[in-house]
Amino acid sequence: MTGLVQQERNVVVPGEVLAEGMDYLPGDNTYREQDKIYAKALGLVNVNNRVVKITSLAGPYLPRAGDKIIGKVVDITMSGWRIETGTAYQAMLMVRDATMRFIRKEEDLTKILDIGDYVVVKITNVTSQMLIDLTMKGPGLHKVSGGRLMKINAQKVPRVIGKQGSMITLIKERTGCQITVGQNGRVWLRGTAEGEMKATVAIKMIEEQSHLEGLTDKIGKFLGEAPKFEKPVTTPQEGGEQ
Amino acid sequence: MAYTKRLDGRKNNELRPMEAKTGVVKNADGSASFKIGKTWAIAAVYGPRDLNPRFLQNPKKGILRCNYGMMPFSGSGDRIRPGRSRRAQEIAMVMTKSLEPVVDLSAFPNSVVDVYVDLPQTDAGTRCAAISAASMALADAGIPMKDMICSVSVGQVQETVLADLTYNEEAHEAPVSDIPIAMVHNTGELSLLQMDGEISREDLMKALALGKEACEQVYKVQVAALKEKFKK
Repeated sequence: MTGLVQQERNVVVPGEVLAEGMDYLPGDNTYREQDKIYAKALGLVNVNNRVVKITSLAGPYLPRAGDKIIGKVVDITMSGWRIETGTAYQAMLMVRDATMRFIRKEEDLTKILDIGDYVVVKITNVTSQMLIDLTMKGPGLHKVSGGRLMKINAQKVPRVIGKQGSMITLIKERTGCQITVGQNGRVWLRGTAEGEMKATVAIKMIEEQSHLEGLTDKIGKFLGEAPKFEKPVTTPQEGGEQ
Repeated sequence: MAYTKRLDGRKNNELRPMEAKTGVVKNADGSASFKIGKTWAIAAVYGPRDLNPRFLQNPKKGILRCNYGMMPFSGSGDRIRPGRSRRAQEIAMVMTKSLEPVVDLSAFPNSVVDVYVDLPQTDAGTRCAAISAASMALADAGIPMKDMICSVSVGQVQETVLADLTYNEEAHEAPVSDIPIAMVHNTGELSLLQMDGEISREDLMKALALGKEACEQVYKVQVAALKEKFKK
């Protein structure tokens, strides 16, 4: 017997056979042993032409160059800041990548970023040993002030953003909140108290029901019609669903 | 006299009723509860996370660290001293060794995945229940795994080969052997094989064949529980 054993969007557990024979190729979270392709994580089956992959439904965030994340300053060194990324690894933000301004040698770095501050940063480089370099120079990268921070599973981030940012734009419009979603699963929201509350509940809903279809409509219904907020700041979101 | 009828009326190859659930510990990255008869294990997985002290770190891959504990009130009435005992340490070690063949942490160098298993109630077969629960919790946490591990105990009481012994059977006044096994599901390889007591070569082979069948039943319960959360 050859061909696909599992249907598209089936939930599979590690070790389940996805396809038999050499007609298919193993993609993300899968592996081949002899003529069978097996799942390597709990997730949804996804078939793209001849490639079978698993869209993980849980799991840790793997830092990747180019990702926008929200980190927390945990230490200050001679040349920059040590940032906690919500993974097993800490990252470095060098002074020259943090600000456009010229910093004198004897200047107090806590004036720029203090321990405990949250920052929206971009990963510039990740080594095989998970040494992570960050930058805060770029559009939409800044120190976080005000608003609230929430944590979701990093694997659900593409769902929260939606196709071409459709989901996040919907939430922004209906709640009037400014929202930044970090690829590491940290979400920062700022708006009115009710708007923030509603957006938080909506994002939690997406996280819980991410495996279901027609989620954008459901969330749209939950949030109701657009209230009379002033137009939210729309920042382009990367890393949404393909 | 041969042991022809089991104390709780089960067939020789019959397991105690099983019940499994995932996501029972909300704080953890992944969790599971696994009950088999009166034995009940709860597993919680944290990580991959920063590993200290640093000399434990492996720069090639993350490490798996298991913890096993019977709760103070879990036994037959005598308080069980919590914390690491010689027995708990041994079981934690065999759990780690039995899960390691399937867990792939090569993407997380220098980190650790912690698995904590505690048993609120015990009636023999605790390390097997612990391993079955831990395997589910790891899958629930989204840790890359090649396969699931299912575990059950088999044994022999007075020349009768049995699956899933209870405490009363283990403590039976007769030649008794108790063999906990853990199986890598797809390949059928054993990643845990221990024994208390003695058994003849033929009976051991019989017991292992019985054990593999029993593991298959455990696997079905595990898979059903993992998928339950995502029902439409």
